[in-house]
Amino acid sequence: MYITKDLVAASTTPLVLGILAEGESYGYAILKQVNDLSGGQLEWTDGLLYPLLHRMERLGHVESTWQRPPGGRRRKYYRITDQGRAELSEQRRQWSAVVDALRGVWNATPSINPITAPAWEAGT
Amino acid sequence: MTVANDSDLEGQIAAWRAYVHRRRELHQTDAEELEDHLRSRITELTDAGLQPDEAFLIAVKRMGSLDELSREFAREHSERLWKQLVLPSEPDAEVVARSRRDLPVMVLCAVVAAVSVKVPSLFGIDISDDESGFYGRNLSLFALPALTAYFVWKRRIGPRVVGVLAALFVVGALAANAYPLTDDSQTIVLTAIHLPMALWLVVGVAYVGGEWRSGRRRMDFIRFTGEWLIYFVLIGLGGGVLMAFTVGTFRAIGLDAEDFIASWLMPCGAVAAVTVAAWLVEAKQSVIENMAPVLTRIFTPLFTATLTAFLVAILWTTNGIDVERDALILFDLLLVAVLGLLLYGISARDATAGPGLFDRLQLALVVIALIIDALVLVAITGRITEGGFSPNKSAALGENIILLVNLAWSAWLLLGFVRGSRPFARLEKWQTGYVIVYAIWAWTVVLAFPLVFDFA
Repeated sequence: MYITKDLVAASTTPLVLGILAEGESYGYAILKQVNDLSGGQLEWTDGLLYPLLHRMERLGHVESTWQRPPGGRRRKYYRITDQGRAELSEQRRQWSAVVDALRGVWNATPSINPITAPAWEAGT
Repeated sequence: MTVANDSDLEGQIAAWRAYVHRRRELHQTDAEELEDHLRSRITELTDAGLQPDEAFLIAVKRMGSLDELSREFAREHSERLWKQLVLPSEPDAEVVARSRRDLPVMVLCAVVAAVSVKVPSLFGIDISDDESGFYGRNLSLFALPALTAYFVWKRRIGPRVVGVLAALFVVGALAANAYPLTDDSQTIVLTAIHLPMALWLVVGVAYVGGEWRSGRRRMDFIRFTGEWLIYFVLIGLGGGVLMAFTVGTFRAIGLDAEDFIASWLMPCGAVAAVTVAAWLVEAKQSVIENMAPVLTRIFTPLFTATLTAFLVAILWTTNGIDVERDALILFDLLLVAVLGLLLYGISARDATAGPGLFDRLQLALVVIALIIDALVLVAITGRITEGGFSPNKSAALGENIILLVNLAWSAWLLLGFVRGSRPFARLEKWQTGYVIVYAIWAWTVVLAFPLVFDFA
């Protein structure tokens, strides 16, 4: 399913912060987890995660360290800060307001049920 | 997987890495982070059964186009590469063609400025015997429109923003010339000082291509201002040498060149240098290291030491500060210097680096300057109110308060940063946001002060 760019852009920060809230992680693992959480429906361009992470680091939501596993290549790990947690709960508050409002709209207008395929296509 | 396959893969990754390194937007650590990502993706794909070269292709494709990636990195890390203001969104040929036209356009703008400064002499107002103060209050109106025009061309600014810019210059010209100000009034001097500041921020709108709301772009303009000032002073020094030789050599053959210098070389050269300096900043910024932050590094410790000594001297000798009226202006300038040191410390700083010795030094500098200024204000408040508020006193006091507020809050943010409870970006945001206050103040002095003080 195609999800519009704006929607993806708006949801990246809370998603990344939410994943980091569970423990420190690195870019590739974060991306994998987003993929798993969304059942593969949320597609990001891989590289664009990194400018986003750097931005969050500059704003103080996350902090980073380079770690080198014995015998391996060094890798940059990100960890959420207290300020990042505050930002996450703020984002959560805003998102639940949006989701509640949307749910109200979906319930009030049953004609826009998410029908997966039109009937004439179902037979083919 | 065979050994040959592995070395093939390494070769492909190395080629990719070299390609990434050619992008100046991407630093070594960014490239390393991206490579780690690429390798993780390839490992996952080969584990799923793909051939290494197939996995490599898919991983590179999923990474996204390098153009888009560099642009995002450039947007995020503008402090390290405000050099790359031409973000790689345009096809190369066009960029080359435009940069070839850059020099003629700059020369044209500089010549227009130089000619415009001589136009009033057609009407009998010459700069060398300018008794009405005409040039004093209008000089920025000759120099800055040409510079703005250069940026309008360079940033391809749309007609709406151009209209706003032109309107602001017209308002400035009206304020400087339409008010019935006598040439010995205080407000005319204030206009002569504040109009350039107000118009410089108008240039800033053009410099950032109309994106004046963006804090990061404002920071770019602050960086530009520092570099521009340095180039302008350097050109001025060169001009001084040129003038000295001109006078000396012509005198040797019995001709007097001083009139020519005073009414042609100096005014035309100065207004043209405004545009030339800006062009130099634009053209040379990727060639040499930015100067303003380097000077900041040198002078921050020296200023801190001097001000500390001054503070200790006040406390030790218990000498009150001699509160002449000029003293307030002196201390205003001191705060400006401290603010400049703070700004250009911020402008080159990597916002994600942790607090270091230099940040503590800056905090000390700001706090000491604040204490000194507070002492001055306490000493001066009684004196300043006794004779009523003249335009000069009000302007000096207003500026002092504006700078004091800025530095006090900066000190608070710096303290939070040094103690690790606040990110550095807050300080940067505060400073870029505060630019609006300077704009409002400068325009207030230019537009409202003459009316409020009845053209005194």
